[in-house]
Parts: sequence; structure tokens; C-alpha cells
Amino acid sequence: MSEKKLATETKPKREIKMRDLDPKFKKELSKVQGIENIKLCFQCGTCTADCPIARFSDIYSPRKIMRMTQLGMKDRLLSSESLWLCAACFTCVDHCPQGVDIASVVRALRNMAVKEGIIPDVFRELTDNILKTGYAYKIPELRLKKRVEKGLPPLPEANVEDLSKLFDVIAVSKVSKMEKK
Amino acid sequence: MAGLKYLLFLGCVIPYRIASYETSSRKVLERLGVELVEMPEFNCCGLPIDGVNHDAMLMLAARNLCLAEQQNLNILTLCPGCAGTLRKVNRSLQEDKRLKERVNGYLKEIGMEFKGGKIAVRHLIQALVEDVGLEKIKDAVVKPLTGLKVAEHNGCHVLRPAKYIGFDDPENPVMLKRLIEATGAECLDYMYETDCCGAPIIGVNDKIPLYLAGDKLHNVKAVDAQALITVCPFCHMMFDINQPRIERLLSETFGIPVLHYPQLLGLAMGFTPKEMALEELRVDATKILNTN
Repeated sequence: MSEKKLATETKPKREIKMRDLDPKFKKELSKVQGIENIKLCFQCGTCTADCPIARFSDIYSPRKIMRMTQLGMKDRLLSSESLWLCAACFTCVDHCPQGVDIASVVRALRNMAVKEGIIPDVFRELTDNILKTGYAYKIPELRLKKRVEKGLPPLPEANVEDLSKLFDVIAVSKVSKMEKK
Repeated sequence: MAGLKYLLFLGCVIPYRIASYETSSRKVLERLGVELVEMPEFNCCGLPIDGVNHDAMLMLAARNLCLAEQQNLNILTLCPGCAGTLRKVNRSLQEDKRLKERVNGYLKEIGMEFKGGKIAVRHLIQALVEDVGLEKIKDAVVKPLTGLKVAEHNGCHVLRPAKYIGFDDPENPVMLKRLIEATGAECLDYMYETDCCGAPIIGVNDKIPLYLAGDKLHNVKAVDAQALITVCPFCHMMFDINQPRIERLLSETFGIPVLHYPQLLGLAMGFTPKEMALEELRVDATKILNTN
């Protein structure tokens, strides 16, 4: 996790200044398919109340992420560590009384952060592994040998050439080359 | 019931760390007359990098769906993450013409095209309940685990988001319970049963998932369950491999064996603990064998 770019839990709360808000932000985000209805969130807090991560975190609150999105607090959102704490269990999606796909809002915000060069190391590594091996994790040679010893069939291999082409089309290849923070 | 045949999508976590889930699943499915065909090529389902780039996830998933379409086989996955992702993308691309066009635009680069409507995606427990059937599973049980009390943890993506998955009731899931009961074991309820294990954010923040999984283990212990049954490699890693770490963090002893459902079923079907790779589990599971 980058120490420089991501706000940590200990950072004091800052007041909201009108000049820091981007009024067009929610419009920009609501162009993403599936989250066109961001403005329907009326801050009931069901998402945070039912969020298993929020039960154990002082900083993760999907309700807060929704409000910051509506207010257009783009910079603070995209640089916040809390953006990367959603475990994608989709409980909030199933429970939102307004039908807002909150997990997809978080995902879209993460995608935006990555475009601005903010990405936790673990996600950069996962991207790199998939691009180079097809698998999200580097599976050691020894484990491949052990499979055969146990009588399991050999693992299917990736078509690395295809993956490289696909990653190039949408410029994801460059994520794996991003500098480690 | 003749001729249940699937394309097995193994995912990344199972070959990386959880071979016991694969070993036990293959043996149990074979005994139940299910034929598994290996993927001709493999790439990740896409879920781990959905947060990096949504379209990357879509095309990784779609490429796997295309491979299944070429083989004309339904996909079976052991990992709920893969099942949920492939299922969701399979459905979205069928329902949304524009999305399908966009993704097919990418796939054109590698000479592939997603057609849609040809194949389905199943998670292991959905295949067991809906395709194999509980009756057939009960018939295969020769050594019922009578007297054994366990708890279950479903794994979020087997159930959620409900509008895409459409299996069981995410608020009160019963299918895994029915499958457990088919082995003769009793399945106990416990607090926060449907909560996530927290595993997906390990690597960003380790503390939260460890506390979350610890809380679940605490609640499992509180109802005197002798084992926890999972159907997800990620959840299993959280509760089994990380259990000693959680015990140190919370200063609480659990010693709760965590079994993959097919291991439990396999024991009831008469497989030996070794055949079910019980010795590969971090928390000693042999103590549950003495109860019956």
C-alpha cells in the first residue's frame, strides 16, 4: 500500500471546502453502466449498517463513499485508503432500498483511481501475474510437480499471447509496468 | 441422470494453495457420475482485477465463456468468485446488446466471439443441488456422519448479488445446510452466519479480515460446532490457514477444523481421510472422525 498517496487511518479529519468539490463528478461517474442512479442514494445508511467490513473498520463506510461521490469530493475519494477496503461481498447491493449498486460505485471509483496512477501494490501484482501467466498468483514449479504426484491432471496453460493482445487493447498492460510505490 | 458433464474451471486460488478442495471434489464428483472436462486453456475469471479495470474483468471472463461455448459445455467451478463472475458476465452480455458489442470488439483482436445463450455456469453446490440432486447424494452416503455437529460458511458469491446469481436465499441460505444434512451430520446456526470472511482485502489491510474471520470462528465455537464447512478456497484459506494467526491476534484458542464440503461428503461416501486429503488441512481434522 502506498504511504505517500493514500490517506491513513490516523490522518485528522478535514473540513469540506466548496472550492474543492467537483459538481460534475457524479455526472461523470453515473455514465458508468449499472450505476446511473447514484443520485438516488438518500443516505439511510443501510449499506454501512450491514457491511461486515465496516463492523471492524473505523474508516470504511459505504454510506460516506456515496455521499462524497454525490458531493463531488473526487480528489479525497480517489486518494483514500478506504476505497480499497470493500471486500465485494455485495451485501449492500442486495440491501439498498434505492437499488443503488454500491459495490459497483466503489469499483468504478477504484478504476478511476488506477487511471490516475493510484493503485495498491497487491492489485498491481495481480494484474501483472494474470498478464504474464494467466493465473492471478505465481504458482511455484514445485506445486505443479506435486499435483502430478497426487494424481491431479496438469494445469491448463494460458494463452499468454492472447492475453497480451487483450490487455493492450484497453491499456491495462501499463498497469503492470506502473512503478512500485 | 445419465451424462452430467461439465467444463471444470479451477480458478487461481485452488491450484495456488488449496489442492485438497480439488482432490476431494474430483473424487466425489466422479463417484456421483459427473464427468469433468479440463479447460483447453486457462485465464483468470477476471474478478481480482475488476477494481483495476472493469473492462479487463469483462474480457477475461468472456474469453473463458467463449472457450466453453466452443466446447458446448456448461462450466463448473469450485470457487464462488469464479462462479459469480462468470455467471454475472454470461448473463449481462446476453441481456445487454451494447455491452456484448463492446466486449466482442475486444475479443475480435484474438479471433473470438461471445455468442450467448449457449452455456450456463454452475458453482459446485448449485450443481450438486440442482443437477445431481439431494436424493442421489443421500443414496451415495454409506457411512452417515450421525452425531457430528458442524456449522457452514457459504461464501458470498455463491449467493450475491441475488439479481444476477438467483440461487438459494442470500438472507437465509439453506442449500449448503441441506447438503450437509444429506451426509447425516447436523448443521448448526450461529451468529453472523452469512457475513463475509474478509479475505478479498488481505494484502490491502490484514487486520480487518483477521478480526472478521476471528469473530466468525468465535461464534462457531460458541454453538459447539465440531467443524466449519466451506465451499470457497478463499474463505477456507481465511479460516484454516490463517486460524493460528487469528488465535494469536485475538488471544483465543479455536482449534476448529475447516473442511471443504466435498471432504465431508466424501467421508460419508466411504472415502478414507487420506483420499479426501484431510492431512493437507492446517487445523487437525482427524478428531472429528472419532465421533461416529
